[in-house]
Amino acid sequence: MKTSITPRNAVAAGLLVILAVLPLYTSWTGNVFAMTLFTRIIIMAIAAVSLDLIMGYGGMVSFGHAAYLGIGGYAVGILWKEGIASGFVQWPVAIGVSALFALVIGALSLRTRGIYFIMITLAFAQMVYYAALGMDRYGGDDGLTIRQRSTFAGLIDLNNRTVFYYLCFAILAGSIFLVSRIVNSRFGLVIRGARSNERRMRAIGFPVFRYRLVCFVIAGALCGLAGALLANHTNFVSPAVMFWTRSGDLMVYVVLGGLGTPFGPLIGTATFLLLEEGLSRVTEYSGLFLGPGLLLVALYLRGGIDGLIGGTRRD
Amino acid sequence: MLYFIEQCLNGVQLGMLLFLLAAGLTLIFGIMDLVNLAHGSLYMLGAYFAATFAEATDSFVIGAILALIATFVSGVVLEIIAIRPLYGRNHLDHVLGTFGILIFFNDLVRLIWGPAGMTLSLPSEMLNAVQVIPGIYYPVYRLVIIAVALAVGALLYFTVMRTRLGMLIRAGASNREMVGALGINIKLLYTLVFGLGAALAGFAGLMQAPILTVQIGMGENILILAFVVIIIGGVGSIRGAFVASILVGLIDTIGRAYVSDMLHSVLSASAASTLGPALASMLIYMLMAAILVFRPEGLFPAATR
Repeated sequence: MKTSITPRNAVAAGLLVILAVLPLYTSWTGNVFAMTLFTRIIIMAIAAVSLDLIMGYGGMVSFGHAAYLGIGGYAVGILWKEGIASGFVQWPVAIGVSALFALVIGALSLRTRGIYFIMITLAFAQMVYYAALGMDRYGGDDGLTIRQRSTFAGLIDLNNRTVFYYLCFAILAGSIFLVSRIVNSRFGLVIRGARSNERRMRAIGFPVFRYRLVCFVIAGALCGLAGALLANHTNFVSPAVMFWTRSGDLMVYVVLGGLGTPFGPLIGTATFLLLEEGLSRVTEYSGLFLGPGLLLVALYLRGGIDGLIGGTRRD
Repeated sequence: MLYFIEQCLNGVQLGMLLFLLAAGLTLIFGIMDLVNLAHGSLYMLGAYFAATFAEATDSFVIGAILALIATFVSGVVLEIIAIRPLYGRNHLDHVLGTFGILIFFNDLVRLIWGPAGMTLSLPSEMLNAVQVIPGIYYPVYRLVIIAVALAVGALLYFTVMRTRLGMLIRAGASNREMVGALGINIKLLYTLVFGLGAALAGFAGLMQAPILTVQIGMGENILILAFVVIIIGGVGSIRGAFVASILVGLIDTIGRAYVSDMLHSVLSASAASTLGPALASMLIYMLMAAILVFRPEGLFPAATR
């Protein structure tokens, strides 16, 4: 890949630099709130990056991606409640269980196409949502307060805001790198090819279903990790994090930033959450502006913000 | 046994409400090929309008009629302003755009009616219970819901299958360009269908309002149920929506009534009381997933596609 200074690269680099130096600013001004907000942005961006892998590059419009946020979060919460606070156990379990769910959900859902795929992924997410609602031991409807963040045998202290922030930031950077490596690999070319023309890919001899399933599992596992981070960030996990509107939010982040672009999910998440935060300071009714804004994005902003700053995209 | 019959009636009642919602959704989906997440917002609007008008006119029936007209008008306005440009776009754009409309309506309702919910009280004669069969007393209002929804369903079926308007609607579903080429104002037709769907959703909302409280976001849960119904029934099919509504209504209600008890016989009491409600809520999604895996086009695939 040839790298040159384009508006798109400049914006992405600028954003990364801002995120990288943010803790310096907040420790200088003592602005804890900004730190919390940006940690949240980074975590949600990881989830959005994982959704972009299947939705943007793979054309698999999953309307149930928030389920993995909850699964990852509950993995941390349930293990803590049962006396296992070590992140070396919690996080791999969060990733593994999310991957397992994605494997089952994907194996059943990927047989369907179009609107049916959208709805069946939604149905599975709702099932997980109701399952969590029924777990009385782990808080049920009220959610589970996790009184202790994951421990890493004294190596990493997540209670230190700056440490936690940089850990999330590193995972985000790693995710973006991982996804861009995946989509530019032979595997990724098959996934992207199947989005453009599934029948042709199959005719060439690729087992499209299996490729898609693997892709779906990777995305689920990555989102599960984001869920584990989110639970650590808020010290809390509840079924609400998996409600279908949360899955809708994730889709919004990705499309707003730019579907099928490396930095789109991050740009979209940051834009939406900052806008939401900013509007909520001015007006109590931020939805009156965000809602029509989304409609306009869906109608006129093909390629999202990434398309806006980078001009037309080949691909 | 009596309990079972009562639960069945409850299931049919929920099913009929779902049908009102799903009929509009499936028409809009089948004809305009539009995924409309804002359908639940129209359901919510119907309930708020009814509560407001009933309070102002001091009559449930007049309030309901005014609310129906108001949701129809809202639907038409919404279609002209926001929905029209979405036709012909892909489903992801629909999801995004109508999700935006949903967010908009939630805050609009909060702005107009405030964050607290409202209640819609029934006329006193509807509060009684009547004996439907010996030994079973059932609230009049729930019977009214079933009867009215059945009548609306019959009317809708007659309109779509036996009238000129219905013929145009079905024609529009199979080939919109051809209908347009034959000199039919397809834009107006779409607006009417959307308004009709909105009125049906509003109707479901106002019928449900006296049973539950009128509150923001009340359409979000039931919207997903309505989607389950149209997917199970087959997208675009009113008959499918009808059968699937009753199926979903019955399974959901009876599941909630019996799953916990059934689990008690195989599991420990605590495990059963934990698992039961969750499993009951999951039943219909399992049904939908199973149907999609084995019959990807739903039970009654629309003949037009």
